Amino acid sequence: MADLATEPDPGPEPAPAHGELGPPLVELRGVDKHFGALHVLKHIDLTVARGEVVVIIGPSGSGKSTLCRTINRLETIDSGSIVIDGRELPEEGRELARLRAEVGMVFQSFNLFAHRTVLENVTLGPIKAKGVKKSDAVARARELLDRVGVGNQAAKLPAQLSGGQQQRVAIARALAMGPKVMLFDEPTSALDPEMINEVLDVMVGLARDGMTMLVVTHEMGFARRAANRVVFMDAGEIVEQADPETFFTAPRSERARDFLSKILTH
Amino acid sequence: MDFGSLFSEFDVLGAFWVNIQLTFFAAIFALVLGTVLAVMRISPVPSLRWAGTTYVTLLRNTPLTVIIVFCVLGLWGQLGITLSSDFQRNFFWLSVLGLTVYHAAFVCEALRSGVNTVPVGQAEAARAIGLGFGDSARLVILPQAFRGAVAPLGNVLIALTKNSTVAAAGSVAETSGLLKQMIEFRPDLMVAIFLVFAFGFVILVVPIGVATTSLSRRLAVAR
Ligand SMILES: Nc1ncnc2c1ncn2[C@@H]1O[C@H](COP(=O)(O)OP(=O)(O)OP(=O)(O)O)[C@@H](O)[C@H]1O
Ligand SMILES: [Mg+2]
Repeated sequence: MADLATEPDPGPEPAPAHGELGPPLVELRGVDKHFGALHVLKHIDLTVARGEVVVIIGPSGSGKSTLCRTINRLETIDSGSIVIDGRELPEEGRELARLRAEVGMVFQSFNLFAHRTVLENVTLGPIKAKGVKKSDAVARARELLDRVGVGNQAAKLPAQLSGGQQQRVAIARALAMGPKVMLFDEPTSALDPEMINEVLDVMVGLARDGMTMLVVTHEMGFARRAANRVVFMDAGEIVEQADPETFFTAPRSERARDFLSKILTH
Repeated sequence: MDFGSLFSEFDVLGAFWVNIQLTFFAAIFALVLGTVLAVMRISPVPSLRWAGTTYVTLLRNTPLTVIIVFCVLGLWGQLGITLSSDFQRNFFWLSVLGLTVYHAAFVCEALRSGVNTVPVGQAEAARAIGLGFGDSARLVILPQAFRGAVAPLGNVLIALTKNSTVAAAGSVAETSGLLKQMIEFRPDLMVAIFLVFAFGFVILVVPIGVATTSLSRRLAVAR
């Protein structure tokens, strides 16, 4: 269990809903978070197992982004604890930077470094934060860019790419750090409809390769295809969680039924 | 009309050359110091942010003449600090020091306006891939901030070029000193003398504006 640098091959099928998941990789225990007087995360307990794909869903302002951002400490927490692969999230400084490298993050607005080429966006982290040799970083970056389908765009600047392409570069940039878990915060909601699938396909591929993922999204198709579990949040609380099929067809709570009826009628 | 004799009797070009040198050295030092201040002001360390803010508030709101007189009379006259063993050179470098500390505050503010052109998300993305504050600033924020701040930095350079005449208050023999001297000796040519100096500065400053405008367009980060 100590050396999982080489992930076991989970096979070509989507990971099964339950049963074969590994030990906990991300553990949130009693996490509380306020923005001033606003209680945005209310005593959150959440465990993500190694290899598990968890989709977080819920109304606007329910705290989904904040939850995501606490896991790599882009937001601090007031109380509770966050443990990643057995280690508590460090405060600040080098330890934190090292841990952040193990947690990949993909943002709604891509956030590629606008003054650097696509290739440089992907190699910057490995070279500067991990001390990887430049030639190795470039080779790995090219591999990843090919994998997400933008290998032929390597020399361009981000602004020359479509939104879908930029988001796939952002995924490659996160993967280049060799993360143990990937966080996605509404990765497709800034995209034109025709580009959503090219990004979701990459994410489904990742899930099938056994990547542990926490995904904030309202794409039910993705949840059905790739998620082991759907977590429904409302007003800073986890209201219910279930496998995608159960959640979408037979939600238990009133709040989830209400929310689903709203997004389904659109 | 012995207009031409102005140039043979007085070393006008030599005086302008002194202003160019004052500007050149103060610009380089102010850029370095201003960058350090800007980094302090965006750093996650509260005491550094406080120090940077205090410096800028203090220096930006003190008249330049006071700063330069302080550098010469205070640092040299009172405290005996010398920056060169040559008497004239010492005044020159003390004035460069005064110009530097004053304009660094403006460089810092220009750079901060550049930092504001960089979306917050990019700083977060840099942190998310494990870059510390130093690397994020050096590799992601500042390169884009400089490109976004070329025009305001150009304005600081233009102000500095003209402000270099305040070095006369620091006993440096430069244009404004010579101007006074020439008017004393040739009051009959007063208007012509003014025009010579005004025109001299226009020639120095206009290219800076033109260059920074085109540079800022060329370097703009596509978003
Ligand atoms: N930096 C901040 N300062 C103050 N309040 C904030 C901040 N960030 C978020 N909030 C507030 O916290 C609450 C939760 O925000 P969060 O972004 O986590 O919600 P969300 O579930 O991601 O919503 P959305 O679906 O709109 O993205 C919201 O009420 C929001 O206004
Ligand atoms: Mg959000």
